Amino acid sequence: MIKAILIFNNHGKPRLSKFYEHYTEDTEQQIIRETFHLVSKRDENVCNFLEGGLLIGGSENKLIYRHYATLYFVFCVDSSESELGILDLIQVFVETLDKCFENVCELDLIFHMDKVHNILAEMVMGGMVLETNMSEIITQAEAHNKMEKSEAGIAGAPARAVSAVKNMNLPEMPKNINIGDISIKVPNLPSFK
Amino acid sequence: MALKIVKGSIDRMFDKNLQDLVRGIRNHKEDEAKYISTCIDEIKQELKQDNIAVKANAVCKLTYLQMLGYDVSWAAFNIVEVMSSSKFTYKRIGYLAASQCFHEGTDVIMLTTNQIRKDLSSPHQYDTGVALTGLSCFVTPDLARDLANDIMTLMSHTKPYIRKKAVLIMYKVFLKYPESLRPAFPRLKEKLEDPDPGTDAEPHLLCVQKLRILIEDSDQNLKYLGLLAMSKILKTHPKSVQSHKDLILQCLDDKDESIRLRALDLLYGMVSKKNLMEIVKKLMLHVDKAEGTTYRDELLTKIIDICSQSNYQYITNFEWYISILVELTRLEGTRHGHLIASQMLDVAIRVKAIRGFAVAQMATLLDNAHLLTGNTQRNGICEVLYAAAWICGEFSEHLEDPMQTLEAMLRPKVATLPGHIQAVYVQNAAKLFATVLRKHEGETDSQAAQETSQLLIDRLPLFVQSANLEVQERASCILQLVKYIQKLQQKNVEVAEEVTALFAGELNPVAPKAQKKVPIPEGLDLDAWINEPPSESESEDEKPKAVFTKEEHKHSRSRHTEVDEKELARRREVRKQEQANNPFYIKASPSSQKVYDAPGVEHIPVVQIDLSVPLKVPGMPTSDQYLKLEEERQQKEKAERKKKEKKKKREKRGKERKADSGPESEEDIRPAHQVDIVTEEMPENALPSDDDDKDPNDPHKALDIDLDKYVCLLQFIHALHVVMHGNLFLLKLKFHVLVLCPGFGLRHFLSIKPTVCWFPVQKSSKHKKKKQKKEKEEKEKKKKKRHHHHHHHSDAGGEDSVQNGTVEEEEPLPPMSNYSLLAENSYIKMVYDIQGNHQDESKVVVSVIFENKSDSFLKSMEFNVLDSLNSKLQRPEGAGPHDSLTVPFQLPPGVSNEARFVFSVQSIVMPQKLKGTLTFIVKSDESSTHEKLDFKLHFTCTSYLITTPCYSDAYAKLLESGDLKGSSLRLEGINMPFHHLLARICFHHHFSVVERIDSCASMYSRSIQGHHVCLLVKTSDQTVSIDAKCDEPSLLGNVLDEIKQTFSKC
Repeated sequence: MIKAILIFNNHGKPRLSKFYEHYTEDTEQQIIRETFHLVSKRDENVCNFLEGGLLIGGSENKLIYRHYATLYFVFCVDSSESELGILDLIQVFVETLDKCFENVCELDLIFHMDKVHNILAEMVMGGMVLETNMSEIITQAEAHNKMEKSEAGIAGAPARAVSAVKNMNLPEMPKNINIGDISIKVPNLPSFK
Repeated sequence: MALKIVKGSIDRMFDKNLQDLVRGIRNHKEDEAKYISTCIDEIKQELKQDNIAVKANAVCKLTYLQMLGYDVSWAAFNIVEVMSSSKFTYKRIGYLAASQCFHEGTDVIMLTTNQIRKDLSSPHQYDTGVALTGLSCFVTPDLARDLANDIMTLMSHTKPYIRKKAVLIMYKVFLKYPESLRPAFPRLKEKLEDPDPGTDAEPHLLCVQKLRILIEDSDQNLKYLGLLAMSKILKTHPKSVQSHKDLILQCLDDKDESIRLRALDLLYGMVSKKNLMEIVKKLMLHVDKAEGTTYRDELLTKIIDICSQSNYQYITNFEWYISILVELTRLEGTRHGHLIASQMLDVAIRVKAIRGFAVAQMATLLDNAHLLTGNTQRNGICEVLYAAAWICGEFSEHLEDPMQTLEAMLRPKVATLPGHIQAVYVQNAAKLFATVLRKHEGETDSQAAQETSQLLIDRLPLFVQSANLEVQERASCILQLVKYIQKLQQKNVEVAEEVTALFAGELNPVAPKAQKKVPIPEGLDLDAWINEPPSESESEDEKPKAVFTKEEHKHSRSRHTEVDEKELARRREVRKQEQANNPFYIKASPSSQKVYDAPGVEHIPVVQIDLSVPLKVPGMPTSDQYLKLEEERQQKEKAERKKKEKKKKREKRGKERKADSGPESEEDIRPAHQVDIVTEEMPENALPSDDDDKDPNDPHKALDIDLDKYVCLLQFIHALHVVMHGNLFLLKLKFHVLVLCPGFGLRHFLSIKPTVCWFPVQKSSKHKKKKQKKEKEEKEKKKKKRHHHHHHHSDAGGEDSVQNGTVEEEEPLPPMSNYSLLAENSYIKMVYDIQGNHQDESKVVVSVIFENKSDSFLKSMEFNVLDSLNSKLQRPEGAGPHDSLTVPFQLPPGVSNEARFVFSVQSIVMPQKLKGTLTFIVKSDESSTHEKLDFKLHFTCTSYLITTPCYSDAYAKLLESGDLKGSSLRLEGINMPFHHLLARICFHHHFSVVERIDSCASMYSRSIQGHHVCLLVKTSDQTVSIDAKCDEPSLLGNVLDEIKQTFSKC
């Protein structure tokens, strides 16, 4: 069983956390911190397996991780999982993210945590490995996105447009949008710079 | 209208979405918490709106905040709302949020049951998929129970995408609600037998040689995996791994801690007498080099583990071991001082020959105590002073200069040690004092002895002031004693002997199981009160207002004193009876209370080992010297042996040559040291048994496959093999199910045969010893008062069974017994009966009569059953699920007695059998042996039925209601009067006769869970036909089968 999947950056900031057992939010944060502490102090050219994490399950479990540029991908698994299998799974996960986000970088994960979760859900289900074939995973993820798009329909279009605008970082935003007799005030968004 | 919708969505686009939230948080690095709290306020506002899109957006943001550590459980209800959206987009957001923050304690989770069911059966496969994914994360026992069927249906979904998810989630469902396993057998079987094109033939075993290649590889991951696989092979083939010791020792130098820890783990299993010193030396080097206390502490515990494993099996030289322990005390900042201390104590106590050496070493330690305690950071290590002080005191006769050690123990610095260590110091200073006195006794000049007294009188007051009670009390006691002795000394009175007597007697190690194994001597009744307690005290407790009963109380006390001897005996008997009948009355293991005469020291078995090297190593030894010595010794021995062998060969050439293992073999390395390993003391009449450690109910034992040995390795390689083909989930499911339900579904899964075959209940012989029968009759009389239970008086049976019919003069019934044979061997016979009652729909009581068939005394009977998922033996609170129950009585020869065990059952529609074991001690005059008897308890469906009277009008209504399903049975060749037939059904199957007209009768019974069972029995010409109706068809089918069984035996 996979007990938890964590992604955090070189400074220990969580980018995704998926626990397959219940912990309180505080404990979860503690686990993330402890895991970061254990993993980050290891050299680059040592093995990818680590025993002795205290918080999740103790000695029964081990951490299997990979470090890519600014991100650590850590799987906490029990003894019934194959080490190489999980290592391979992490690789598949990252490659899938790379395909879905087109040259994935940390920012993609930061802004689209929900999408990462959705992709992960096609690979691991309730702590059990569901699918390891990348093309199968991508097929499913794309089918889901198609569904979403078709559901959004016309109503989704303006939202997509606005989000595109937001992402363009326009220096100035209209204060009012007038459509017919309806006037919409644009709220002051501090994030726009 | 269309414009309104557009406005709605345009409004929405200026709500913060997830990206805005993330961006905002990144822009408020300085006041992140404040910013997030305003965001949460916004989210709360958004959740109040009716627009589901707004809610979904808010929930999506909450999921992100949850990751940052914010508790979002307050929005659980909103999450459920979003989950129930008809749009996939929102539904997915809802399920994601639920999977991140729902758990068994979430109260709204029960509101989701219907929504999830709806989603599971949705025509859109992606709705179903999302629901399955979400459910896999937050499934609770309730959800598992309610949705098990829906998920099972999905296992034959048209889309493989859904089928796969459904099979996988079944594992979670089993974990949460194990009962769902049984109905799932057939489908799971199908799934597991699905041809796996991905997995080809047998996985081939990697041989150790190949692993060596892995370990030597520069890839750290392969190295790690190689070591991991090695440790799995080590369990089965230690020899083949041992030959790679060099490689594994090399791994200890690896820069990677994961690999070092793996290698350490392997070393533990690889040591032998031959290589122990070498391996430990290598480890000691690492201890010195190690950075970071965690790894160093790990090394320390490993060294001690390796040396002490299997009762110091591999240690040939204990002086060396003591030196190692002393060297370990130089470690800075270790947490394991107490571990070293306990080893020192253990070795000094158990290895007699080492005591002189150990005492000398400990004295040095005490003398240099400042090195250990000097640094406050080294607190953990000062625990060894505890051991050192005790060893020096206890074995002070070996001390060369007790006076100096005494002085070291009374230094003012000692007062800074922890209290428990000071206490040991003070006590052992007194022992040393006694030794010094004895040493100087008889000398004309009593100067030395008096100086010692003065030293104590000078130094002890410091300890008398100690804040630690233990230290203070001991010190003041000893101080007064020494003052008194000093007075006597001044009068030239010889006191040494008396003072020594204070600490006389030798301490011998007692085996941990010693007490348990002492049988109770005959005639000793542990249940007898030493002083009869006021029996009224019990009733007092029950009175709610004891305050107002003072007067009465006095009264009853005085009455109590008048109770005569007979009355007391009677009460004792009653109480014993009560205890015997109460399955929950667990007496403390009787033997543990037993006091026995400690056998003399000469009875302690000692292992004699030859001496071939001098005991003393000159100077302050280091462990390395021993290694050298040991090597030399082995060389010498080898040479000698060769000589001898040559000689032998010359002499006995041509004679059969034994496979005398070469000089390298383990057996040839003799311990270098004359050590008496004092084996642990056992009472002289202890019972030989080694079964204590083996738990007969260990689930893995029930697996009957060597899980540890083979499956681990196979699983490792197999999983590795399979995962590459993407078929891991089926294999894992299979494996998990195996482990999940030991003793139950297991065999079926091993053979993948879901059908369960049930064995018929065996009947006990009808002819019983008169004695036993008499006793049973008495018991059943008692029982009848409590239970509605037929007993085997024929007239009573007749009366019950013919309620509305006419009572005819009919021939009496043959005697019948409901007790069936449980198991039997030459010592004991067990028969049992199972009854339920209407009060508790999930409990049945199994009454077992134990009959002692032997001429010996049977005692310490322990009854245990391997629980199944459906039926569990009720154990007292605090007992583990595999603990056995003590049968609350002993059996003298020829006597039988009954004990009851309560079982909880869940489903009663199927019969079931449980495996169990009775262990007991057979004690005769000369010997006592530990025996066991396996049995199988058959819970027939009949045993869940309770004789319940029913009136004919109520019976008619019941049949008219149409709720009952029918079934029928034909019995041929029944050659017995009709009323016998009815009585048998009544008696054996717990029915009552509702109405009887000539050769036709209606009968009724009810299950403990309230199922109605109705029978219409007709007979003509040796043929009996039974038409039956019941609201539970499978229960009925099984009951009819059992009735058929009963008559097939007639």
